[in-house]
Amino acid sequence: MPEVVHAGLSRPWLNRRRRILLVIGLGSLLLAGIFIGGMLLDPELYGPNYSARRMAPCPDHLFGTDYLGRDMFWRSIAGLSLSIRIGLLSAAISSLIALILGSMSAIFGGKVDSAVNYLVDLCMGVPHLILLILISIAMGGGARGVVTGVAVTHWPNLTRLIRAEVMQIRSAHYVQLSRKMGKSSLYIAVRHIVPHVFPQYAVGLILLFPHAILHEAGITFLGYGLPLDTPAMGIILSESMKYLAAGMWWLSFFPGAALVLTTQLFDLVGDYLKILIDPHSARE
Amino acid sequence: MARMLLLLLSASMLSFFLITASPMNAVDAFLNEVNVSEEQRARIEAEWDLNKPPVERYVLWAGKVLQGDLGQSITYSRPVSQVLNERFKASLLLMGTAWVLSGVLGLALGILGAVYKNSLLDRIIRTLSLVLASTPTFWVGLVMLVLFAVELRWFPLGLAIPIGRVASEATLTERLHHLALPALTLSIAGVANIALHTRQKLVDVMESEYVLFARARGEKLGQIVMRHGLRNIALPAVTLQCASVSELFGGSVLAERVFSYPGLGNTAVEAGLHADAPLLMGIAMFSVLFVFAGNLAANVIYGIVDPKIKEGGDNYA
Repeated sequence: MPEVVHAGLSRPWLNRRRRILLVIGLGSLLLAGIFIGGMLLDPELYGPNYSARRMAPCPDHLFGTDYLGRDMFWRSIAGLSLSIRIGLLSAAISSLIALILGSMSAIFGGKVDSAVNYLVDLCMGVPHLILLILISIAMGGGARGVVTGVAVTHWPNLTRLIRAEVMQIRSAHYVQLSRKMGKSSLYIAVRHIVPHVFPQYAVGLILLFPHAILHEAGITFLGYGLPLDTPAMGIILSESMKYLAAGMWWLSFFPGAALVLTTQLFDLVGDYLKILIDPHSARE
Repeated sequence: MARMLLLLLSASMLSFFLITASPMNAVDAFLNEVNVSEEQRARIEAEWDLNKPPVERYVLWAGKVLQGDLGQSITYSRPVSQVLNERFKASLLLMGTAWVLSGVLGLALGILGAVYKNSLLDRIIRTLSLVLASTPTFWVGLVMLVLFAVELRWFPLGLAIPIGRVASEATLTERLHHLALPALTLSIAGVANIALHTRQKLVDVMESEYVLFARARGEKLGQIVMRHGLRNIALPAVTLQCASVSELFGGSVLAERVFSYPGLGNTAVEAGLHADAPLLMGIAMFSVLFVFAGNLAANVIYGIVDPKIKEGGDNYA
């Protein structure tokens, strides 16, 4: 027993598992902070202030201010909060589609399986951004168009993953044994398949967020969707383009960096959760 | 093959019905504030088959497309095929350069990382790739603009040729000068992805027993990479590179927007914002074909690279 062997040795308090838990905790806390903080933020903070226009980053305005004197730091936080909100909503919808299609395809097989595969190929046959533009137009633009577009285009990869997972478990020996011993399909689904697939699904869902957020920013950047005065990342960055030549680099640099940092945080939390959940690496 | 053609057909249908479902009005966009009577309006609608049910319109449209007629662009007042042709040349140059750049750079960095696994170099490559893989293309473009065009003034701020010059007069160096930043921007996401994948695959190969044996035989590192490494990672690399065509097209829309590069992507955005349905349909169709060509190329190259698949006959599509 390894426990006994190591009992006498002093082990570092911050072992791998604790470190991973710590990172996940801090990451989620930070993201939740941005998310909730941005929603509760007083719009005055990033409203126009004509006495402080075009200011380079300084201690008072960490990210500088724009041509209307809006504080870019608070504006970015509000934008990120909005992005996370849209990301959460659309990732949830997409992952639900993936869960339903993926498990249907694995459970029923045959015609259903080929139909789902066909849908996946079809969705991947149109470049993602073009599909987003088309859906956004079909919905008549606006926030609704953006959310719908991002929500209904992010499922193909996760669908494949879930399908593969369910298929693998269905053919696993212990599941076959369980069936031979007369357990009902419901029992197998609830006791064997769901506990195994759910963690994969949860991680897949979290790893969907950064994609959804980046695509939301991308499509907004192109001028589809949200109204121009909304503090959204795409709009902030697209506005900053006009002032690049004037040397106001902070308008694009900091908000973009904040966006990258946020998506990286989601990736980090997702990856570490995966390590924790995956039985192969959880005990390392 | 039949399956891929069917996909092409349904992808075109999907785009067509999405555009027809849109509440944006092509007649309004065409008339652009000009007042006309209801009668004239109805005539235009009849002319464009707007009053027919969507399915019939699709059949009519597809029939015309097969004869090479993509319709008339509303914003450019020219045939869509002409606009596409012109814009595609610029885009092809941009995407092609970025595609080759991402393939070559990504492969090279991936091999370096795998061969010198866990070294400082490897760690730098890995961290940079991980971050860049999820960095929005348009932000990379903006940062590039700030750094190289505004601060250092090495490259121009945008466009494909100098301002106030006709396309035919621009020299090759001028074109390349304008191409450098957008192409680099567009390739970055691809480089990161391909480097990460190549590294992962090659690390597995380098830990295998046949590589150990090759080392014992006295093969040099270069020989091992060439003989055992590259051959084994060729297939996934081809898949990845061909599949990246779809991402590349999406990325080019954003990159072209940032650099005001007059390519297909920029035209797509304009067409969408100005309700130019025929042009948008043309571009959507084109992008679908483009992805289709990428997948087809992957299948063909498989046959060349992997003799096992070639023997299997043509039932791999």
